[in-house]
Amino acid sequence: MSASSETISNQEIEKTERARITAHYNKFIKKKIFFIFFLFILVIIAAGIAATIGAYQITFTEVYSILFHCLFHNVESYEQYAVWDLRLPRVLLAILAGAGLAVAGTMMQGILKNPLAEPYTMGIASGAAFGAALVIILGTGILGNVVVDGRYLLIGNAFIFGLIPAFVVLAFVLYRKPTPGVLVLAGISMLYIFSALTMLIEFSANPDAVKVATFWAIGSLERASWQDILPISLVLACCIPLLMWKTWDVNILNSGDETAESIGVNVKRTKIFIMMVSAVLTAGVVCFVGAIGFVGLVAPHICRMIIGADNRFLLPASAMFGAVLLLLADTIARTIMAPLVIPIGIVTAIIGTPLFLYLVLKKKGEYW
Amino acid sequence: MRLKIKDMEFGYASVTILKNVTMELAESEVLGVVGPNGAGKSTLIRCIDRIISPQKGSILVDGIDIKTMSSTNRAKKIGYVPQGVAQAFPTTVFDTVLMGRRPHFGWWSRKEDNEKVLDMLEMLNLEQFAMRGINELSGGQQQKVFLARALTQEADILLLDEPVSALDIRHQLEVLNVIRSVVKESGISVMISIHDLNLASRFTDRLLLMYNGTVFATGPSSSVLTHDNIRQVYGVEANVSTHGGRNYIAPDKPVGKK
Repeated sequence: MSASSETISNQEIEKTERARITAHYNKFIKKKIFFIFFLFILVIIAAGIAATIGAYQITFTEVYSILFHCLFHNVESYEQYAVWDLRLPRVLLAILAGAGLAVAGTMMQGILKNPLAEPYTMGIASGAAFGAALVIILGTGILGNVVVDGRYLLIGNAFIFGLIPAFVVLAFVLYRKPTPGVLVLAGISMLYIFSALTMLIEFSANPDAVKVATFWAIGSLERASWQDILPISLVLACCIPLLMWKTWDVNILNSGDETAESIGVNVKRTKIFIMMVSAVLTAGVVCFVGAIGFVGLVAPHICRMIIGADNRFLLPASAMFGAVLLLLADTIARTIMAPLVIPIGIVTAIIGTPLFLYLVLKKKGEYW
Repeated sequence: MRLKIKDMEFGYASVTILKNVTMELAESEVLGVVGPNGAGKSTLIRCIDRIISPQKGSILVDGIDIKTMSSTNRAKKIGYVPQGVAQAFPTTVFDTVLMGRRPHFGWWSRKEDNEKVLDMLEMLNLEQFAMRGINELSGGQQQKVFLARALTQEADILLLDEPVSALDIRHQLEVLNVIRSVVKESGISVMISIHDLNLASRFTDRLLLMYNGTVFATGPSSSVLTHDNIRQVYGVEANVSTHGGRNYIAPDKPVGKK
């Protein structure tokens, strides 16, 4: 008798134990979803603030009503013009660029297993800057000025040169099985090579063109216009779902290549795929806005500290965090020394670094 | 036979690591792979799971050549726990074990996958750690988590590379007991490389003694762990005793030294 009642109570204990773990696990997932939702609201608020602040005085609520109006009607007043044609493209560009850079950083950190991996340290940004400088400086030499058509030449050139360092790093990953440290060395070497090449062509160039190239290299949302929004949205719309689809495999790669292989992940193919898509995504963003650094590094790290390393949640979270970060940075860049606009790349580094260091110091326990 | 290897050969550019390896693994069998450092134990295991590709010979699982299988199908047949892995980013024990379900679901785990994880955590007594980060666990507990991950994969063949060498004797016995009971319950086949000859003798059905990349001897411990074999393969003089039909050894001194 007593033996059978004991087994029953044991079963019950097991049942409640299972229920406890399941409840805990579900709560853990809900927390992550809530965080993503919270960031989404934050993006909307930050976008509203960014569209409100500017030389032309409009209130926060007016901005939303103008946006709503212009969705269905043509631009009629100057107010509407200022919001719809001047500020909105800039706000959207900040959101798209921030999201794209952050996503690329998240995935590069994931597959390279290196906390330092991001578009900037992989040399992609400086490759793109070199491509842009080639057009700006040599283009100036040939045509006398950067003509309107030259803009797409610039974007295309920056895009292609941005991909080169990514492929070099990828080749390292595939053929030398390097440690995570060596990878960043490879990336940094690319950064130096392309910076040196840029300086080489700037060295004897016309100072005006050099100024344009330098400004481009720092990164800026100054040139935002509706015609850029479409191609950059296309890049994001193609790349982000592809990366999202592979997030679970990237989680598994984190357990080591051999383990991942044994669980059925084709390690080599996955790495090539992720690196290529991330490189296209980064180059696609950087060629429009210039080499904005730090977003790709900071956004994934901060989000990882809060919700953990599960890339299925981390990817959307850092995308939105990156968007908020760039929106805030751009608003500061426009207002702090108004009417002078500071290049956004400077602001992201200046506000991003102390915030980041503070969080790294404050974080208890092992995190890498 | 669940696994059949015939005349397998593997080497890097100029060095041959494995030659003429022919072996079999039956259903519900625990095969212990023993041999000195550099004998090719890990290489053999890695060849079977196609982490590396042998240059010659064939590896058949249930009669199918492993080369022709897709990664996912192979993962449904063979599970593998490599030696000492480090996680880059810490993940929870639950999520780590859930990774073993990768061959069975796509992007999002189903309820039954989560149930399987819970079963496994229960079986290995890991419930209290379910939501802890894996980096917070001791080496023995981590090894159990990795074992749990490979077991939730529900493969017919489980390859374990030195699963207990970093553990204290208590954890060694626990992990090996779990493996034995899984084999008894579900009929999987296990191939386990192990340095401790006495543990190997105690917990396996059959031993495979490797030496210089070849199979030196195979069979029950009573025929493999003999004084002469130990002397020749390890270069060690040892006293061999027998307990319940199994041989146990007490090493004495290296051959040729006083």
